[in-house]
Amino acid sequence: MSLFTRRFVQNFITSQFTRQLSVTHRHFGLLFTDDHEWVKVDNGVALIGISQHAADALGDIVYVELPETGEEVSKGDDIGVIESVKSVGNIISPVSGEITEINEELADDAAVVNRYPFEEGWLVKIVMSDESELEELMDEEKYAEFCAEEAG
Amino acid sequence: MISTKISPRTLRQLGIRADILRSVSAMAMETPTREDALTTKPLFSVTPACERNQDELSVKIGRGFEQRHVGPGPREQRAMLETLGFTTIDELIDQTVPESIRLRGNLQIADAMTEAEMREEFERIAKKNEPFTSFIGMGYHNCFTPGPILRDVLMNPGWHTQYSPYQAEISQGRLQSLLNFQTMVSDLTGLPVANSSLLDEATAACESLSLMMNGTKGKRNKVLVDSKCHPQTIACLQTRAGNKNIDVLVIQKKEMAEVMDKKTVGVIVQYPDTEGNMNDISELVNCVHDNGGLVSMATDLLALSIIKSPGELNADVAFGSSQRLGIPMYLGGPAAAFFATRTDFARQVPGRIVGVSKDVNGKQALRLSLQAREQHIRREKATSNVCTAQALLANATAMWGVYHGPEGMVEIAESIHHAALVVAHGAQLAGHKVVTENFFDTMKIDVGEEKAIILKKAHQARINLRDYNNESCIGIALDDTVTRDQIDMLLLILGSPKMVADLDEMDLDDIDKNSIASSNFVRKTSFMEHEVFKMVRSELELVRYIKELERSDLSMVHSMIPLGSCTMKLNASSELEYLSMPEFTNSHPFAPEWQTRGWKQIFNELENDLAEITGYDKVSLQPNSGAQGEYAGLAAINAYHKSNGDKRGICLIPTSAHGTNPASATMAGLKVKAVKVNSDGSINLDSLKGELHKHQGNVSSIMVTYPSTFGVFDEDISDICGLVHDVGGQVYLDGANLNAQMGLSRPGKYGADVSHLNLHKTFAIPHGGGGPGAGPIGVRAHLAPFLPSHPVMPGSNHKTSFGSVSAAPYGNAGVLPISWSMIKMLGPEGLRHSSEIAILNANYMRKRLDGYYQVLYTGSHGMCAHEFIIDLRPFKKTCGIGALDVAKRLMDYGFHAPTMSWPVPDTLMIEPTESEAKAELDRYCDALISIREEIAAIENGYVSKVDNVLKNAPHTMESVLFGDWDHSYTRKKATFPAPWQHNGNKFWPTSSRLDDTYGDRNLICSCPPMSSYK
Repeated sequence: MSLFTRRFVQNFITSQFTRQLSVTHRHFGLLFTDDHEWVKVDNGVALIGISQHAADALGDIVYVELPETGEEVSKGDDIGVIESVKSVGNIISPVSGEITEINEELADDAAVVNRYPFEEGWLVKIVMSDESELEELMDEEKYAEFCAEEAG
Repeated sequence: MISTKISPRTLRQLGIRADILRSVSAMAMETPTREDALTTKPLFSVTPACERNQDELSVKIGRGFEQRHVGPGPREQRAMLETLGFTTIDELIDQTVPESIRLRGNLQIADAMTEAEMREEFERIAKKNEPFTSFIGMGYHNCFTPGPILRDVLMNPGWHTQYSPYQAEISQGRLQSLLNFQTMVSDLTGLPVANSSLLDEATAACESLSLMMNGTKGKRNKVLVDSKCHPQTIACLQTRAGNKNIDVLVIQKKEMAEVMDKKTVGVIVQYPDTEGNMNDISELVNCVHDNGGLVSMATDLLALSIIKSPGELNADVAFGSSQRLGIPMYLGGPAAAFFATRTDFARQVPGRIVGVSKDVNGKQALRLSLQAREQHIRREKATSNVCTAQALLANATAMWGVYHGPEGMVEIAESIHHAALVVAHGAQLAGHKVVTENFFDTMKIDVGEEKAIILKKAHQARINLRDYNNESCIGIALDDTVTRDQIDMLLLILGSPKMVADLDEMDLDDIDKNSIASSNFVRKTSFMEHEVFKMVRSELELVRYIKELERSDLSMVHSMIPLGSCTMKLNASSELEYLSMPEFTNSHPFAPEWQTRGWKQIFNELENDLAEITGYDKVSLQPNSGAQGEYAGLAAINAYHKSNGDKRGICLIPTSAHGTNPASATMAGLKVKAVKVNSDGSINLDSLKGELHKHQGNVSSIMVTYPSTFGVFDEDISDICGLVHDVGGQVYLDGANLNAQMGLSRPGKYGADVSHLNLHKTFAIPHGGGGPGAGPIGVRAHLAPFLPSHPVMPGSNHKTSFGSVSAAPYGNAGVLPISWSMIKMLGPEGLRHSSEIAILNANYMRKRLDGYYQVLYTGSHGMCAHEFIIDLRPFKKTCGIGALDVAKRLMDYGFHAPTMSWPVPDTLMIEPTESEAKAELDRYCDALISIREEIAAIENGYVSKVDNVLKNAPHTMESVLFGDWDHSYTRKKATFPAPWQHNGNKFWPTSSRLDDTYGDRNLICSCPPMSSYK
């Protein structure tokens, strides 16, 4: 997420969010970035979305701009934008590879990302070109710690 | 009477006004002229002022303006200082403004004039302008401004002192009017999404280029621009594109298809073009679209009422100026530019868009839509840096549309067209060649060798025609003020054998053949069908409609609007005197210079005064908004580095900066690198040093705001400037907070290289509900050669200038006299005193709120500058109340919220300005303290967290009068929470809280059917 959003998130996070993370059901096998995105890997394909607390911090999401399928992206590239009423966040690719699928449903109902960020609110699928990039990502526990630290 | 034996120098030492000094010397040395006698005779008296040293004299004439401009009187000031623990204002300032940057001594500007003197001064200067009738065209036309629009909108503080309509519940009037504007634009252009104004036609062209770049796929690096666009449009496009590394090919429309390829973002064409011609561009449009490019069209709304719309021609974007729809020319501005596009580009539209949403009770209500596109949220990734635009003028133009309606507009357009046909016919009868084949109101005529004679005859008739330099052609553009006598005069000048009365049937037949009605360009689609454009025709109806909308809006006529960083101060009537004087209203920006000497005098004096106030060496008045000033300043820095053979691409910006800063840097082609700020709001020097070290040879500039956006005079500003200079970078100091510095400190002297000044903040131009503004830039001498120039009126620096940023040479020239007269009436002491009291007022409020709210940042002695931030974040945790709730609750108390959630989320930033008296400051503090008690009641569990006065705020009249009252508090507590509201003067919000999400998810940005207004 962009600097602004990150600042926004930092200022926004309250103990409530961190609590929510720890008490809600766990998402096994998800990896997280410090841009508050998650990655779920299945057979070389990375499914990507944003975390619950990123979605909460953004507020009511009204629009999601996604890349075109077929596009080659590198880790760290801006590949899209999530717009809420008061804020905006860039989608930053957590891995390198080719975009093979985007969540077309979001064009009609961007609010799905608020409701089900880990399920129907997924954003893109990327066929990874370098799986070693996953090593830098956090597991859920580490991510919860990261969020708590950010909330400071 | 002063003896003429006193030498001028002695007088000067005694502090006597410079202009009186001149008159005195004139009286001493030569026979008094009538003018001198008038200025000095009835008023002149010298009295020893009791406050001063015995041997000093002071000249006191009439009652000073300062006491009108500055809110608190001496007694109030003493009381406020006492609250803060000081006895004099100097003590407060010493504890606030760092010693190292203090200006010692007075500003060297003329002593204060009284309001009476200013009125005479305006009249005297007006006489120096020669109000010729200009038929020059080129984007500026005479027009008739209906009286109610001039008096009840433009000159009415109920309309011009409003803030931008972010607090929608108390802004429904102007939101409705801006929606009317958007509907008009959208209908006339045939494109469904229109914004609520841009700065001018040339900058709108630049915005269209940005949209084309964002809206096309693949890497594209050039744009084709119609050589028949107005020269100022081409110049601004070249400047903008140059900074973004896009090639601009200025060619004729017919050559475009040949060079169009998949590397081209598209074409920008003008219709009707600068010479008045309309071309069939259907093939060109297809060719551009086949190549994946876009078509952008500069156009004229009045012409569009009778010619085919850009939408029908398959254009993707239409833009232009709406000046001729009721706005005087004012030497080039202000007027509202318009911008419309296809629905799928809605999110690429620059500037503000009013959208239809609903309030929590389901009632239809308007608000600013899709704000996440804009610079204050998206920063360097924003679609544009535009924020202040031309809201007041868009409102006036919308009223013009409501008044005339579609049929009135067609009638006006047809009558202008017919006049043009007659003139063209006369020109042909006189043996000239009318070069323009298909025209609406503007034609280019080849007059051969008679050009000099024709121009001379026009001059004698006090008429300006367009002079096509280096061609044997003249141009004539007609407008709705043209009389039959003037048409005859034009025919006479052209040498036509026939006057209007001499035209016979055959002439009329000929004329008809050339008319739009007989051409393929004729408009067949309807427009402005909405009821709002049909319900008003008589003047009474218009006056009442204007009043009806005005009544929904809270403005400075109701109560203070303490928006941090926006400086909503007094906009004095005396400063607006000239706005209805014909010597100012009818000036064409491209009229010969000798006709606008009065204007030039004001500009020169204003440039000098602003340079003195800021400590810079040179000032350019061209940028017509603060954001435009930022862009101009950065472009000057780019040009400076380039002239040194330096290529530098990094702009450092603290994370606390205004969103416009990074957006402007991007527009200037710079890459933004963030500098961290400390928890006290000051720039983190380690982070700055780190970035400087990392990018050293590549650092173009830093953009800093001073006092900081957190409202603090940081001690180390000079060090920061020094560090950046050490690596060869330039310091851009954002002048948004200049109101804390007038006469106290000067950016040009403590290390900055360039600043923009928001004249609509610090220097009294009314905010207008979001424009007009003016953003002149001051620069140190080494940047002066690169200041803006103009293609039609080139300045002395046109060879070294970076280019143009506004359509008109002096930008929003028409509002500059406001700032000029404010400076003249305040003088050096008054200006300094204004800043001192701005600081006093802020610190007084800070002190009063202390203990109720946490004040976030202060300087080393615990003082804030001219604004301060109160923290509301704790309440989120204790009882779920946020800044939004407090902002909306303030409306129930009759107040507009301070700046909300900026620069720190969930806080309020309060800037009272010097113009507010103590009683008003106390009322605002009382309201905030009372709200704090309401919050405490929730925190303590006495009141529900869900159903309380804050969560349900604001309360409308309907919500308390009708239906069941099932809240846990009384109707009285909801709507009359403060004692001062019991005087029968309660301000009622007209909407309950807006549903922002609904509006953004369902974008509607033109008037919905009347049936939906419940």
